[in-house]
Amino acid sequence: MSETLEFEPTAYHVKKSSEGPALEIKDFNLWYGDTQALFNNNLEIQKGQVTALIGPSGCGKSTLLRCLNRMNDLVDGLRIEGQITVDGFDIYARGVDVIALRKRMGMVFQKPNPFAMSIYDNITYPLRVDGVTKKSILDDTVEHALSKAALWKEAKDRLNESALGLSGGQQQRLCIARAIASDPEVLLMDEPCSALDPIATARIEELIEELKGSYSIVMVTHSMAQAARVSDNTAFMYLGRLIEYGDTDTIFTNPQKTRTNDYVTGRFG
Amino acid sequence: MTSYNQQLPPASGAAGVAAVATKDTIAPRARRRYSADLSALGEPALWGFGGALALGIIMIALFLMVVLYNGATTFWPKPIDQVELTDGSVIAGVERRGTIFRPDLPRLTEDQRAEVEANDGFAYRTLYQTANFDLYGDDFQWVADFETANITQPEDFYYFERQTWGVFVGRIASMTIDGQEMAYDPAVLRREQRAARERFTEIRNLERREIGGLNFQIERERLNQRRAVLRMGEDGAAPVVAESQARIAELQAEFQELQARVNEIRSTDRRYTVTLEEVGGRQIAPEISQIVRYYPANAIGFFDKLGIYVSRWWEFVSAEPREANTQGGVLPAIFGTVAMTLLMVVFVAPFGVITALYLREYAKQGRITSIVRISVNNLAGVPSIVYGVFGLGFFAYTMGGTIDQLFYPENLPNPTFGKGGILWASLTLALLTVPVVIVATEEALAAVPRSMREGSLACGASKWQTIRYVVLPKALPGIMTGMILAMARGAGEVAPLMLVGVVKLAPALPIDTFYPFIHLDRSFMHLGFHIFDVGFQSRNSEAGKPMVFVTTLLLLALIVTMNATAIIIRNRLKRKYATGQF
Repeated sequence: MSETLEFEPTAYHVKKSSEGPALEIKDFNLWYGDTQALFNNNLEIQKGQVTALIGPSGCGKSTLLRCLNRMNDLVDGLRIEGQITVDGFDIYARGVDVIALRKRMGMVFQKPNPFAMSIYDNITYPLRVDGVTKKSILDDTVEHALSKAALWKEAKDRLNESALGLSGGQQQRLCIARAIASDPEVLLMDEPCSALDPIATARIEELIEELKGSYSIVMVTHSMAQAARVSDNTAFMYLGRLIEYGDTDTIFTNPQKTRTNDYVTGRFG
Repeated sequence: MTSYNQQLPPASGAAGVAAVATKDTIAPRARRRYSADLSALGEPALWGFGGALALGIIMIALFLMVVLYNGATTFWPKPIDQVELTDGSVIAGVERRGTIFRPDLPRLTEDQRAEVEANDGFAYRTLYQTANFDLYGDDFQWVADFETANITQPEDFYYFERQTWGVFVGRIASMTIDGQEMAYDPAVLRREQRAARERFTEIRNLERREIGGLNFQIERERLNQRRAVLRMGEDGAAPVVAESQARIAELQAEFQELQARVNEIRSTDRRYTVTLEEVGGRQIAPEISQIVRYYPANAIGFFDKLGIYVSRWWEFVSAEPREANTQGGVLPAIFGTVAMTLLMVVFVAPFGVITALYLREYAKQGRITSIVRISVNNLAGVPSIVYGVFGLGFFAYTMGGTIDQLFYPENLPNPTFGKGGILWASLTLALLTVPVVIVATEEALAAVPRSMREGSLACGASKWQTIRYVVLPKALPGIMTGMILAMARGAGEVAPLMLVGVVKLAPALPIDTFYPFIHLDRSFMHLGFHIFDVGFQSRNSEAGKPMVFVTTLLLLALIVTMNATAIIIRNRLKRKYATGQF
């Protein structure tokens, strides 16, 4: 089966953003040791839009997402080929400041991971590690980020309480607030709702809806319904290959590839 | 088993009904065997596990009870027995303990031999603390039951604890107050004893603090002279030496003054004596200031005894030792133990934590890190005396010797740091306990979830910032647990200390009022060594035995206190980092 995949080119029908691409992934290959996990991926993440990465487990969508802010650097034996560029700069080029890169890419993880600090300290963390100490800036950032993450009303009276005392959904919104506190350009979300109940999921989805426009959002999701609800473009990946990338409506209503069709209609995956 | 039997019939009855109701579709079930297969009944090893735990707890409880009983009763005042022996002699003493023994039959009289032989050749004997070492040459005497004629407890016997020569047991014959001999008056003696003890304390303070301080300064002047001579040569140093000599002369004048005051108080002391008479009639007349505590052992009630008990405990924890450590207090040992343990924590904490941080967070995990890890674990199994030898050779002789040559050449050939001292002892113990801290810290670091680190890194934090603000706070309670284990091990260790700085009797504490206040080169006393010394190294091990238990009790209490404090701090930190800011 995989041989036929090798030769099948990706089908593109991307809904372009007026502002152009935020990220460009070119001929991207990735190996974990001897195992190749990504094969020749080519895609452009559109500015100010929500891009969903879908596909069955192990298709490489999380791997691809974690390459965008080089979180995969922590993995031993990782090897890549190809390019990922932000505003024309190759993030895998020699001498790239990974820390500066990560400040431009907020990331939200599968499981809410607030630090064992107060809510205030959690949100100001990206600024403080950057050396910002001025109280007024920190205060403004906390209010701005929490408002954007729709948590300000609930949290404003308990900013100095532990972030671990929040509910799961609140914690995840706090993590989103933390991710946008350093005012990044791109938000990377790795299945942000998989550990949440349906009500909390709905709130996060609303939030994503509100955040798009200000940020380019790349979201890995297991839920096709979620991808269909919130994303502008959807990339369908399978066994490390990008099968189809384009307008979400088209992917879910009129996919160009039979494999995409099989997946979105629930025939496999 | 009975409950099984009671439940069985209804259960099988129900199954029977079900079988009847669905006869057509379901074949009757094969009868289940309910015989007790032990491994199927759940936990066959439960008894073994529980038993092992119970055994451990019982042994620890027994040990604690023995220590507690012997330690807690030592200071309780006991009555003085006057024992008349069959040969007509009389002894007086405090009963210590008794055993069964096999007497040497040919040396006994006819009657005694008959009595012993009726008892299969065995007899019971009692050990009396007859005290009065200056008169008898021994503190204790065994008395067999068959040679005891009569035991009484006369009310006029007193138990004297003296500054030197230990305990005296006997009567008060008369007393000399301000040179006037007079009959014994309890109220006057009580008052005079208090006054005399105050004079005694004054002398000691003068000698320790003021004269000691002068000596210290004079010694420093001498060293200054030598240093000047070493640096500038005889001629160059002449002005410095002359100046210093003048200062020494001044100090010596002060010294003479103080010495005169001491002598004056001494001569006052000599005019206050009390004449004591032991049971056989021999008399001694010690100065009243030499009497630390006295009481009529057979004439006092419960509350007086309680008062004496409390005052002895207070003396034990607040005073210096007397009589080759077998009496008096252990304050210098308490101080030395605590100071050494805290100093050890100061050394071991950063060292162990930094090592573990590198090993877990920075080093590339592979064969070399595994070897290092195994080696660290093995270090924990090296006999502690080996660390002592290493500490003596490396810290004291090599490092200390070098320090002496570089910074204290004027004192040579007398070593300053080039011998055992509290600094080298705590460094040696730090080395001994560092594996515990490394292992505990590594485990604590490994337990910090990956998602936390990733969250921090994704925020644009550097690796060090991630470790500093996210990983370490989260791991801190675990690291503290390692510290607590290290402290417990370090505080209880004795063998290596004997080589690197513990002494039987330290002339001065490592911290005092003379510049530079903390003297890390000084040797020190330690409760663990005190136990060994008093119990096994003293002239009079019978006298030291009760002190062994009391000191053990105190050492245990001290370790429990230090650990409890550390645990409280750890729990505070846990709460703080669970809620707080940084």
